[in-house]
Amino acid sequence: MEMGYSEEVIRLYEKLKRDAEAAGYHLHPNEKVVLDIVGGLVKNTERYGYPSCPCRLASGEYEKDVDIICPCDYRDADLLEYGACLCNLYVSDELIEQGKEYVRVPERRGKEKKRKEMEVSGMEIAYPVWRCKVCGYLCARDAPPSVCPICKARDRWERLI
Amino acid sequence: MKPKLYAASTCVWCRKTRQLLENNDVDFEYVYIDLMDEDEQQNVLDELAQYNPDCTVPTLVVGDEVVVGYEPERIRNALKLN
Repeated sequence: MEMGYSEEVIRLYEKLKRDAEAAGYHLHPNEKVVLDIVGGLVKNTERYGYPSCPCRLASGEYEKDVDIICPCDYRDADLLEYGACLCNLYVSDELIEQGKEYVRVPERRGKEKKRKEMEVSGMEIAYPVWRCKVCGYLCARDAPPSVCPICKARDRWERLI
Repeated sequence: MKPKLYAASTCVWCRKTRQLLENNDVDFEYVYIDLMDEDEQQNVLDELAQYNPDCTVPTLVVGDEVVVGYEPERIRNALKLN
C-alpha cells in the first residue's frame, strides 16, 4: 500500500540526509525504507515529544529513553560491529556494497559492561583518543570515523592516547 | 496455535514481516506492543520474554521456532512456505 509522506517526514528526511553525509554517515540506500523509518521517528516525536528509535519500545519518559533517541547511543558501536544501527537507518559503506536490505542487529542496550579502563601515560581512560592530522579534531571512540566531521578529510587519523 | 507476531507500530521491519505473512495468506495473529496500555503491555512483554529475553521486535513465534528480526528466509522455512 503506497502512502504519501507528510511534509514533516519529508523535511526530516532531507535534514537527516544532509546531516548524515556532512558527518560521514550513510543512510540506508533504499529511499522508501528511509522515509518509512523517518515516519516512525516523526510519529514518536508526536506521541512522546522526542524521536525515540522506531524499532525499540520507548517508555515515554525522557530520562529513561534518552539513550534511544535517534541517533541512539548504540549507533556507532553497531555500525562498527554489524554494519548498521539497530533500525538500519544508518548503514556502513560495506553494507551498501553488499546490497543487503536488512541486517539484524542484536540489542546492545543494557548489555554493556562497564568499560575496562586502560592505563596510558599514567592516565586511566575508557576510550582511545584519535586525532585528525589535517585539522586536529579529537574524538574518543573505539575507532575513528572514516571522514572527519570537521574538515571532511578521509582516513587521516593518528592515535593520540 | 497460530503463529504470533510481536511488533511495534512504528517499526518498518515489523511491517515487512507482517506483509510477508499476509502476502502468503498465513493465518497469524499480531500485537503492536507500543499501542497497548500499561497493564496489557506488561503482560505481553512477559509473554514475549519467554521466547525472546531481549524483548525486541519483530519477534515471530511459529510453534517451537522463534524468528527475531526481519528474516524472510527463516520465516519461510518456519512456515514451510518454500
